[in-house]
Amino acid sequence: MRTRPAARAGRAAQYTALIGYLVFLAFPFLWLLSVAFKPARELGSLHPTWIPKHPTLANFRQAFDEQPLLHAASNSLLAAVSAAVIAVALATPMAYVMARQRTRLARAASGWVVVSQAFPFVLVIIPLFLVLKNLRLIDSVPGLVMVYVVWALPFALWMLVGYVRAVPVELEEAAAIDGAGRLRTLVSVTAPLLAPGIVATALFAFITAWNEFFFALVLLKTPEKQTLPVVLTHFIGTEGVADLGPLAAAAFLATLPSLVVFAIVQRRITGGMLAGAVKS
Amino acid sequence: MSLATEKRRTVRRASGTGPPRGTAGHGAWFLVLPALIPVLALSVGPLLYGILLAFTDAQSGRTAPTRWIGVLNFSDLLHDTLFWESFRIGLVWAVGVTVPQFLLALGLALLLDQDLRLRWLARALAIIPWAMPEVVVGVMWRLVYNPDAGILNETLRDLGLGDGRDWLSGLATALPAVIVVGVWAGMPQTTVALLAGLQNTPRELHEAAAVDGAGAWRRFRTVTWPALRPIALAITALNFIWNFNSFALVYVLTNGGPGGRTRLPMLFAYEEAFRYGQFGYAAAMGCVMVAVISVFLALFLVGRIRGGDDA
Repeated sequence: MRTRPAARAGRAAQYTALIGYLVFLAFPFLWLLSVAFKPARELGSLHPTWIPKHPTLANFRQAFDEQPLLHAASNSLLAAVSAAVIAVALATPMAYVMARQRTRLARAASGWVVVSQAFPFVLVIIPLFLVLKNLRLIDSVPGLVMVYVVWALPFALWMLVGYVRAVPVELEEAAAIDGAGRLRTLVSVTAPLLAPGIVATALFAFITAWNEFFFALVLLKTPEKQTLPVVLTHFIGTEGVADLGPLAAAAFLATLPSLVVFAIVQRRITGGMLAGAVKS
Repeated sequence: MSLATEKRRTVRRASGTGPPRGTAGHGAWFLVLPALIPVLALSVGPLLYGILLAFTDAQSGRTAPTRWIGVLNFSDLLHDTLFWESFRIGLVWAVGVTVPQFLLALGLALLLDQDLRLRWLARALAIIPWAMPEVVVGVMWRLVYNPDAGILNETLRDLGLGDGRDWLSGLATALPAVIVVGVWAGMPQTTVALLAGLQNTPRELHEAAAVDGAGAWRRFRTVTWPALRPIALAITALNFIWNFNSFALVYVLTNGGPGGRTRLPMLFAYEEAFRYGQFGYAAAMGCVMVAVISVFLALFLVGRIRGGDDA
């Protein structure tokens, strides 16, 4: 009984901390929204308000007028979808082997997965730049896709190995005893159980490619070839002076696809990532 | 999620004992090659090529053939005070982001492990920084920090805390300002990792400790932390590496300014390579960064092996 006030104070402190965190998390995003829907007149005011007094879509229109946003979005979409599909198609068989066999190759591969997380990309991008230039794949979305595939592979492997391990080996053995061949077992027993994991991995690869900036900045030069993150930086002029409204509008639009996708697969991603990160 | 991890672990235990089982047999090479070839061609290859380049005078757009110059790039680097300054900034940035990130995330993970009402909201909001392109995070915080139209200065004015300042352009404020953004951007991921670790610690241990009369701090020190340590070490080492290598966020926020106060090593190397065309020199910088990172990578691997044994 005597502990009750203390416990209540503890609860209050807990909620205060939690609300503090929620505010820290939310306020920059809410501010982005606020700026995106404000007319130029209010953006020039020295005393900005949270809620736009005269909300407008003018910034969005202006953003599309100023920069080739649609073009950039379709480049981003093309790069991200191709990278995700190819990476998962290549990684799934290998992940299967890594999860089911403890060979030297499998161990080397999982070591590589870890090491690849640690590259300073500048060491990789210079040779890639030279090679892609010789192949005339610089300044092209296919060239970028090649880079994204390799860049997404380690993480895809990492997640997929965890998903394969979650499929009980006993099921496969049972199918084998029932006379199913290896291919048949893979297709009719393993694949359906693995499908949600494969989808989650592909979506994660999609998000990382959609969000990627460094490789795209170095490899894509002509404005019509550039992806959304690169085009976004054009709104910030060379002097760092930006047209705030259109900048915020474009930034908000660039975030929507990954926010939606991430919201859908968030649980699976965290599960898969952790399974890979802690034990593999 | 914890249930799924639990299951995975037992499955692995089962398959770990005795000879390898499963259906992937002799045909394994055909399954491995599709991923192995592009990885070798487009990541191991360039990595080795990059290390070679560090010993040459390679430059972009030069017609003369590239020459082998031994360790000249490295000895030049040794005397390049600008590089070491950016290296120092990189370390300050990486520590300045990783440590608060970990402490805040740990506190938050402990909170979210409790039965609190706003958990769903925290979960929903945590998606935002995690899913946002780094470029957008940078853009967003530029809007927050904007000296006139930004919400930060306006809030400070409302609270009577002075007239505000130009955070990203101030020599003293720029680095702390970008560090705050770094913490903001990486916190959710760290929190979720630690939370998953917490949820995997057996409840019974906690209860037993509570029955024995252990206070909150003792329970944390004797039950929670030992179980959490492997994952905490792993995530901290990875965070440090990622932060040390980061580029997009600071490129958008300050582009290394003012006066190089936020010029992280990656920004420095990028300028050296793609503005001044010094490929060989920039590759040498990459090598030095790899060497430093290896130390933390080793830490991570140790954490992972220990994690595998303890769990």
